[in-house]
Formats: sequence, structure tokens, C-alpha cells
Amino acid sequence: MSVTTLNWVQICKLDDILPLRARVIPAAKGEIAIFRCSDDSVFALRNRCPHKQGHLSEGIVHGHRVACPLHGWVIDLESGEAVAPDNGCTPRLPVKVEDGVIWLGNDVAAG
Amino acid sequence: MSSSSHFVRERLVVVGNGMAGMRTVDELLKLDPARYDIVVFGAEPHVNYDRIALSSVLAGEKNVDDIVINSREWYAEHNITLHTGDPVVAIDLAAHTVTSKSGVTVGYNRLLIATGSKPIVPPIPGLNLPGVCAFRDLKDVDTMIDAAAHYRRAVVIGGGLLGLEAAWGLKRRGMEVAVVHLMPTLMERQLDESAGKLLQRDLTERGISFFTNGQTEMVTGTDRVTGIKLADGREAPADLVVVAIGIRPETELARKAGLEVNRGIVVGDDLSTSDPDVYAVGECCEHRGAVVGLVAPIWDMAKVCAHHLAGGGTLIYQAQATATRLKITGIDVYSAGQLAAGEDEDEIILRDARRGAYRKLVMRGGQVVGTVLYGNVTDGEWYFDLIRKKTDVGDISDRMILGKAATQGGVAPAFDLNAMADDAQVCGCNGVCKGTIVSTINAKKLTTYDEVKSHTKASASCGSCSTLVREILAATLGVEVAKPEIPKVCKCTGCTHEEVRAAIIERKLKTQDAVREAMGWMTKDGCASCRPALNYYLLCAWPGEYIDDSRSRFVNERVHANIQKDGTYSVLPRMWGGTTNAVELAAIATVASKYGAPEIKVTGGQRLGIYGVKKQDLPAVWAELGEAGLVSGHAYGKALRTVKTCVGREWCRFGTQDSTTLGKELEKMTWGNWTPHKFKMAVSGCPRNCAESSIKDLGVICVDAGFELMVGGNGGIELRGTDKLCTVATEEEVLEYAAAFMQLYREEARYLDRTAPYVERVGIDYIRAKIVDDTENRKALQARFLYAQTFLQDDPWAERATQGVDAHEFAKLASPQEALN
Repeated sequence: MSVTTLNWVQICKLDDILPLRARVIPAAKGEIAIFRCSDDSVFALRNRCPHKQGHLSEGIVHGHRVACPLHGWVIDLESGEAVAPDNGCTPRLPVKVEDGVIWLGNDVAAG
Repeated sequence: MSSSSHFVRERLVVVGNGMAGMRTVDELLKLDPARYDIVVFGAEPHVNYDRIALSSVLAGEKNVDDIVINSREWYAEHNITLHTGDPVVAIDLAAHTVTSKSGVTVGYNRLLIATGSKPIVPPIPGLNLPGVCAFRDLKDVDTMIDAAAHYRRAVVIGGGLLGLEAAWGLKRRGMEVAVVHLMPTLMERQLDESAGKLLQRDLTERGISFFTNGQTEMVTGTDRVTGIKLADGREAPADLVVVAIGIRPETELARKAGLEVNRGIVVGDDLSTSDPDVYAVGECCEHRGAVVGLVAPIWDMAKVCAHHLAGGGTLIYQAQATATRLKITGIDVYSAGQLAAGEDEDEIILRDARRGAYRKLVMRGGQVVGTVLYGNVTDGEWYFDLIRKKTDVGDISDRMILGKAATQGGVAPAFDLNAMADDAQVCGCNGVCKGTIVSTINAKKLTTYDEVKSHTKASASCGSCSTLVREILAATLGVEVAKPEIPKVCKCTGCTHEEVRAAIIERKLKTQDAVREAMGWMTKDGCASCRPALNYYLLCAWPGEYIDDSRSRFVNERVHANIQKDGTYSVLPRMWGGTTNAVELAAIATVASKYGAPEIKVTGGQRLGIYGVKKQDLPAVWAELGEAGLVSGHAYGKALRTVKTCVGREWCRFGTQDSTTLGKELEKMTWGNWTPHKFKMAVSGCPRNCAESSIKDLGVICVDAGFELMVGGNGGIELRGTDKLCTVATEEEVLEYAAAFMQLYREEARYLDRTAPYVERVGIDYIRAKIVDDTENRKALQARFLYAQTFLQDDPWAERATQGVDAHEFAKLASPQEALN
């Protein structure tokens, strides 16, 4: 079993993302979309819908959910799960906001 | 008139101008219209109205005129003397007279008391303050509507049927509403604990808060109510307090007259009171120890009482099991008979937590004796029928909890008229059976739902059986069912598109938050369905005032390009009327090559599309196209798309007019305009129709004498040919009519409805009336369209390419120092 550690990486300021919008950042395993909800909570998910890999970053954000722009699947940002009746999951990434700065937890294989 | 008018008629005096009294009179007129000289006294200043529908008036779903049952003309037509706003204050049984508040004394041969009920007033201080009311009559509803317009917070005391309908109506009118209920669960007289809790959960989600186990101790305030205090110390602020804890029979008049009164005015099986010349019906009376509060048994009483007043001597009134249904949009609750199992009884329960559905049957021996349904209530009438008839359900008892369809072996069948027994009840409110509806349709040759409703009274009260009534009508006539269901905006709300659009204008709602707040949205941000709709409705209603919210637009409209399945975008510049030139073509070729766009295609709208552009390159592509004079073609939007043209008389030997130039002018006038769905036009130079005008939202076909205007066509999903609107003589008129039609569609269609379904819904005659027949209206529509255009004709590409609009939209975030996995 491989051991992983979490490195917190500074991404951008909270205000770099408009409420109810998302921005994307490149990453080795595929683009990451960072969402900001109307209550200023922030979520990070791989930028692909479990259905047809639509760019979730382009979807309409509402509550803690985003609707995929391609076929309207709704993804729960808290769990990454598609909202019923659809079934599928988009990987989530650890994210935190401190003093108006967004940090992403980067999984680094160790040892 | 019959010959009996030559004799001195007996006089019937009716005390109470409400539903029970007038229904009895109505039944009496059917049996023997000439028997009595009828005099009616009513305490309220109104004619007889449907009290059950007060909650719909409060919720803004109906207006006062909609709920009138008997108009003043009806009273006049039947020679009924009506005294409104003048209650009877004394009855002299010995002298056979009544005296009203204003001093009118009238003698009677027969007296009918239908004084109804009055709200129960709890013994708590503060109830006389302004801002406190009951929920019983139109005056109360007026008080509540007025409070909702001027104040913010309401408390409803009572979590029964009436209290919850009051709470929902006030919520719909934009108030913050809290409900205080004495018991642990809501509507405990009609629902068991599980259904009561589901109801509370759903209403909480809709923004109503609850104080259960709450005993109100006092209503606070000095000049006006300011709140309430509960016995356990909890408090709630309020600008309006509605007391809806129940009703009790209004018996004071009868008691003073010396009639036998217990809880209600005591009546026998023939509805006569302790004085044989005096009858009583409705909520004021007590039959075999029971009082009634629902409409169905009252209609039975009316029928029996009328029979005896008309000289019959055989019918008797028997109390029947009753069913209850809550009238809150989108929340379906139904209960009938026993709510819980007693000794020697069983309960069958089905829960579907995901759908929020619940159903319970209470069984005794092989019979159903009660049901509680929450969520899906379509089987309610069927269960109720089994309860009333005491049907032995032994064979199907293992499946019947799944509903009627499951007991018939398979999926829900299409409506089968013959499978329904003639005495199966269709309308629970008015006690109308299927057989009565069918025979009335045949006897009176009825063809419309409204006719059936007014002739049989089926679905005339709460309206929840209207679908079934329509199905029976259609099956009886042997035609397809007309689908009446008006779609709601989305699952965030019970409001229809029309209700939302009307409220935006009437209540001057100018932001999405204001709409969601005022209309009782269940979600704070809305959802991916309602946000684009509200954004469009506000943009249409308040041109120049409402600021377009890009976050409420689908990606294509937000970035002004069409997202393709691989996440790249297409770029389609406008080519006016399908024409282009060397400079534009060179610019298109240059950007396609420079930004690696793999494909250029001639689209169906007579223009060139550049496919496969990366999102971050869009502003640069637009900037270069803009230098050549190209602007956005809005190929991505619910907006004016293209105006397709043929070459017209400039080149074509058949052409009758200059169709290309006219097409360009139409496009210049309409480009940049946002519409409920995409809007396509075409101009054909002759009836050969090479520009396919007959499948466009608005098509022009040039003829020698002028221009035929065609509307409502669609070449997509459901092919529909246009309807001809009219023929006009000049190009100027074409522009005027086109602007007017587009504006009418903008103002009245539901978001995401093309013109085809819109035209089918309202009918071409309606559109002709608004645009062709009404010159003033046409010009007003045109003026509103052109005014909106002054704010909409900015090229969105130029704004983003050179003016920095939405710059964050097109840039990825800078890569962090550590490479991300």
C-alpha cells in the first residue's frame, strides 16, 4: 500500500472567483475546477462530469450543486456524487479557505 | 311561470347566505321552483361565494370574482329577495317571523337556518389588537392580503387544515410565516404522525417555520400586534396574527329563539329542528351528536332538506365517511376514514423516503376502513370508494397498497370509462358520481370541461378532481383528453411561468432574489432550470434596469459561443441576410488558420461557422473578426438567430420583391434581442419559398400585392408549418408587424417555448386580435420592442474582446508553484 501525504498548495484569492462561478487550474491527473457558492463555501472537483466528461466549471452553480453544461446532470459539490436519478461520481479534492486565500490539498506519493 | 304564481305562495325565509343555505335553495328550485316566495338574509355584504376557495384567493391563484357561486342576477332570476350585510337578530317561533339587524321583520311559513360556524377564539389577551384576524370570510382574506402588502412577518395560530392553508397563502404573498400548533404533529385530526411529520418537513423546506407543542399565552403589542408569547417562554415577532384553531357552530340565534341546541342546532334525519317548521343545514347543526365541517356531507344535507321543503317525505340524511385534501400547491395529502388501527385492525404502510411518499391503509377484516396518503394521492378516490362501499378486498389486499394499477396486473392503464362504476364518486367536495357526469354530458350535449363543471358541479370546489372530470368527458365523447396542466417554472416553486411573470410586473420585482423571496421559492439560489428563466423574464420586463446575470445563463450564452462535445467552442459571426464579402471571408480564413480551428462549415442559417476554437482564444478570435466588421451571430442563444433570404427580384426571374434587402433590414432591427427560445426568420421572394419561410418563427413570403406574414413555424423536433398572420402592403409594415409579434412572444411565452407551442397554446386568432386587429396595441408592442433594442444592440464579442467584459471568464488560473496531481 502506498502512503500519501497532503501538501497544502496556495491557489488564488477567494475573490478571484465570482460567487456562483468556478475557475479551473491545470493538474497532472486532469483539470481541477474550483467552485465558489453563494454562501462563500468553496469546493474543488476534477473538471469532468461522470456522464460524458463535460466541463463542470461551465455549469450553473446553485446551492452546493452544479449542473453540467452538456446534458444537465446535477453534481453535488459536497460529495462529488451525481444527484438522483443519475448515478456517478466525480473525484473531490481537499480544499480550504484561510484569510481569503484558497488552498488545495495536493496528494503527494511519499516514500 | 307556472300557474301557481296566481296563488299566494308560501314564504321560505333563509337565515344565512352561505354555501349550505344557497345549495339547499338551489336543490329546492330544481324540485319545485314555484313553491316558495324566498327571502334570504346574509350577514356578509357579498353574494354566495365558495368559502373553500378562500385559500386559493389568499394564495393569489383565484380572484374574488372566480369564487362567486350565485351572482346577483341568479337571485333576481329566481325572484329571491336578498338582504346582504343584514343579519337576522331574532326569530319569533310563535309568530313565525324573523327580524334583521336593520329592523326588517318578515313572516315565514318555513324557516331554514344556515348560519354556519364561527372561528374558535382562544381565551388569550391581545386578540383585539389591529393586525389580528381569523381565516373565515372574505373580510379576513382582505385583511391578510393587505398585511402582506405592507408588513413582513406573520404568525398563524393553528396547524390544522385551515391554518396551514393560511400560512401557505401568506408565504406565497411574500411574508415570513411561522405556525404555532398546540399538538406535536400537524393536522393531527386528518393525518397520522408519519404523514404529519412529512408535511412539516416539506413546509419547512418551503420556508415556513413551526412551533409545535406550542400553547399561545398572549398576543403582544400596543397600537398594533408585535408578536406572540408561548407558555413555555418561546416568542415570535409578528406584524399579522391569524387565529385558525378551529370552528364551532353558530347557534346563538337559534338558542335565543328557544330551539333545541346542543353543540349545534339539533336536527333529525329530515334536517328539521325541534320546531317542525324550522330546518337547519350545514355547519350550524348537529345530527345524531355529530357536527360537520367539510363540504360533502353539507351537500347531502342540502339535498335531503330541499326534498322535505318541497313536500317530499322519504329521504333521510345519513352521515358518510368523509375525505380530506389539503389545498397547498405541490403538496398532496389525502385522508379518509380511520387514521389508525384500533383493536382487531391492521395497518399496511408503504414508505418511499426518496420520493417523500407515504401511504397507509387501515384494514378491518377484509375491508379498508381508513387511508392516509402523502406525496402520490392519485389512488385516494379509489380507496375512499372502497371504504364507503365496505368492499371486500380479500383478493387484492396484498397488492392494494401499491395502488389501483398494481391490482389490475401491470402498469397504470389508460383511463377506462367502463371500468369505473356509475356510483363511483368523482368529486368528493360536491358528491358527484361518474354516472351523473356521464348522463349529464349526454343529456345536455356538453362538450367542454367548463360546461361539465358548471352543470354537474364536479370539480367546481377545490378542483383536485379536474383531471378525472376531463378524462370522463373525453371518454364519453370518444375524443382525446385535453391536457390542462399548466407547467410550473421548476421544482423550486409551485408557481407557473404566468404567475411569476405577472408578479414581476405587478409587484415591481426587479431582481432574482426579490422574485424568489416574494414568490416563496424553496431554494436560495434557484436551480439550473429557473435561474435562466428568471433572468430572461426580468430582462424582458425591465429593459435598461435589470442587469443581466451571466451566472444565470447557460454556458453558451455566458461565453457567447457554442460549447462542443469536446469542450471547444464554435464561433459564428453574423452575415446579414446571408450575404458576405471578401474582407469578411479573409478574416474568417485568417483566424481559422491562426487559431487552429479544424473546420469551417456553411450552417443551416446561411452563414459560416468556425469550429474547434479553444475557450481562452475566444477573445482574440473575436477581436480579429471585429476588425473586419463582423459581430456576434448569436448562434448560441435563446435570441434572434438568422434571417434567411433568397436572392429575390434582383436576380431571380420569379422574384416579386427585394427579399434580400428586406431580410437584412429585419435582421438589423432584431439582432441582439433575447427571446424565450431561439427565434429564426426568413424572407422568400415568391411563393416558391426558397428561404423556407413556412417553417420559421416568423416568415415573410413576398407576393405581387405585398407580403404575407407567417408565424409559429418550426423545422425541428416537431415539424410545424406556419399559420398565416395577415398580408401587408409595404416593407415598413413588415418591420412593424415583425417587431410587434416578436415582442408579444417575448412577453407571453414561457421560457424555452418556441413560437410553435406558444402559437398553438394561445391560438392564431388571439395573435391576430392582438396584432392585426388592434392597431394601437401593435404599435405599443413595436415601441416596447424598439425601446428594449436600445439596450440590447451592443456586440457582446466586441465588449469581451476589447473592453475587458468578463475577463475572468476566459483566463485559467495561474499555475501554482507546486505542480498539482
